[in-house]
Amino acid sequence: MDIDSSTPIARFENVGLRYGLGPEVLQDVTFVLKPGSYHFLVGPSGAGKSSLLKLMYLALRPSRGLVHLFGHDIATASRNALPALRRSIGVVFQDYRLLDHLSTFDNVALPLRVANVRESDVKRNVEELLAWVGLKDHMHARPPTLSGGQKQRVSIARAVISRPKLLMADEPTGNVDDRMGFRLMHLFEELNKLGTTIVVATHNEAMVQQLGHPVMRLADGALAVTPGSKGPSALGPGNLGPSNLKPGQIGSAV
Amino acid sequence: MFARRTDLPLDKDALSRFLPWLIAFMIFLAALAQAGLIGLDDLARRWDRGMAATLTVQIPADPDANEASNARRLQNAMNMLSETQGVVSVSVISHDKVLELLSPWLGMVEAADVPLPRLIDVETDPALKVNAEALQQKLTQTIPGAQVDDHGVWLARLIDMVRTLELLAAAVLGLILLSVMATVMFATRTGLTVHAEAIEVLHLTGAHDRYIAKQFASRALALGLRGGLYGLGLAVPTLFALGHMAGRIQTGMLPEMALPVLGWLSLALLPALSAFVAGLTARITVMRNLRRML
Repeated sequence: MDIDSSTPIARFENVGLRYGLGPEVLQDVTFVLKPGSYHFLVGPSGAGKSSLLKLMYLALRPSRGLVHLFGHDIATASRNALPALRRSIGVVFQDYRLLDHLSTFDNVALPLRVANVRESDVKRNVEELLAWVGLKDHMHARPPTLSGGQKQRVSIARAVISRPKLLMADEPTGNVDDRMGFRLMHLFEELNKLGTTIVVATHNEAMVQQLGHPVMRLADGALAVTPGSKGPSALGPGNLGPSNLKPGQIGSAV
Repeated sequence: MFARRTDLPLDKDALSRFLPWLIAFMIFLAALAQAGLIGLDDLARRWDRGMAATLTVQIPADPDANEASNARRLQNAMNMLSETQGVVSVSVISHDKVLELLSPWLGMVEAADVPLPRLIDVETDPALKVNAEALQQKLTQTIPGAQVDDHGVWLARLIDMVRTLELLAAAVLGLILLSVMATVMFATRTGLTVHAEAIEVLHLTGAHDRYIAKQFASRALALGLRGGLYGLGLAVPTLFALGHMAGRIQTGMLPEMALPVLGWLSLALLPALSAFVAGLTARITVMRNLRRML
C-alpha cells in the first residue's frame, strides 16, 4: 500500500461506538496519528481503550463518525479492501490470542502466510525474528507450554513480522515483571525509530511518565490528548539513542 | 492424504471423524443407484435391440387333422417365412421345449395328451424391419389361426417400466448428492463456530476470506474423497455379489445383467465427485458466512 508521508496513519473524527443498543462506549473521539508517532493510550478500566484499539485494528466499525486508516475511509471501504489494510497493522493483544494448535514458528509466520509470502522467505524472516526475541529454542513449542512472558514475545513477534506501519499493543506489560516490561518498551522504541507508528494502551503510569510520549487519555468514552514531554528516557541513552522526532511533531490532537 | 499444514485445527474436530463415514454411506447408496441406472439403461437398450429382431409365429394344432397334415402346415409356414424378405433364420421350437415352457402351468404332460401349437422362432434382420402385420395376413390366408407375435407391446411396456426405474435411480442419485452437500454445509458451519476465535485472528492478521475458505475446502475435499473411497469400497463387493446372484438366475429371456466397463469406470468417479462436491460446498459455505463478519 502506498501512502505518502503526509497522509495520517489514522484519523478519527467524532467517532462514536456503541455495542448493540447499549450506551456509547466511545463518544466524539477525534484525533490524528501522524506517521512515525508514538502514543500511549491510558484510562481507567472500562474507559474504552480496547474498543478504541479495536476500531483501529479493524475488528469493529464505528457506530458513527469517520475513521480513516492510511487514507482509506473505513465506512466506505469494501470488505475486500480490508485485508490489505490489516496487513499494515500489527496488534499485540492483551490476551495474546495465539493459536494454541500452532507452534511458535507457525504463529509468528501467520501474517506472512496469509499474505502469500514464499515459504523460504517465511522461514528466514521468522527464524531471524525469533532469535531476536530470544525464542529460537522454543520455535517448535506450542503456546500452552510457554510462560506468560514467552507468549507475549511470540505475540509481539507475530505483530511485527510483516513490518507493519501501525503497531498497537494492548497492555503489553500487564503480565510481565518490570524488567521485561521495559525491555518490551525498548523494542517498541526501536521499531518507532524505524518509522513504525505506535500506540500502546497501558495502565503503567510510571512508564508513561518515564518515556514521555504523547498521551491519549480516555475517560468515560471521551478522549483527550496531551503532548509528550519526551525527556531523558529511563532506558538510558545507550539503549535508546537520540530520537529523530521532536516532541511537537510526534503527533497532535485536532 | 493431503497432509498439509493448516492454520485452523480442523483435523481435530469431531465432525472430521464422522464426516467421511456419513459421506461413505451416502456414496454407497449413490453407487447402488448409479449401478442400477447404468444397468437398467444397458438392459433397456439390449432388450430394444435383441427383441426387435425376433418374432414368434404360432401355428395352432388342428385336433381333427392327423399328424401328417399338421406337419405339412408347419412346413408351409416355414417355407413362407423363409421366403419373406428380412428373415434371417427360421427354427421350430421342439415339442419338448414347448412342454418345458408350459410345465409351470400344466405340470408334466405327454406331448400326445394335449393338442400343442407349434412355435416357430424367427430371427429377422433389424435393418430390414419385417412388417409383422403383413406377415400375419399372408400366413392366415393359407394357415388359419396362425399368429405372429413381435413382442412389441409387451416390450414397449417393459421398456417404459425400465425407463421409469431409471428416472427414479437418477432422482435418488440427485437426492444423495444434495444430502452430501447439506451434511458438508452443516459440518462446515459448526467448524466456523468452533474456530471463530482463530478465524478472527486470521482475519485481523490480514487473511482474505478465500484464504480461510481454502483451508475448510481442502479439508472437506480430503474428507469427501476419503468418504467416497470408503463408500465405493463397500459398494463394489455388494455389486459383485448382486451380479453373481443375477447370473445364477439367468434365463434365455433376460439379457445378461452385468455392468458394462464404462459403468464401472463411472462408479470409480464417485469418490472424485464427492470430493469435489464437498470441497465446493465447504468453500461456498465459508465464503457466505464470512461475508457477514467485518
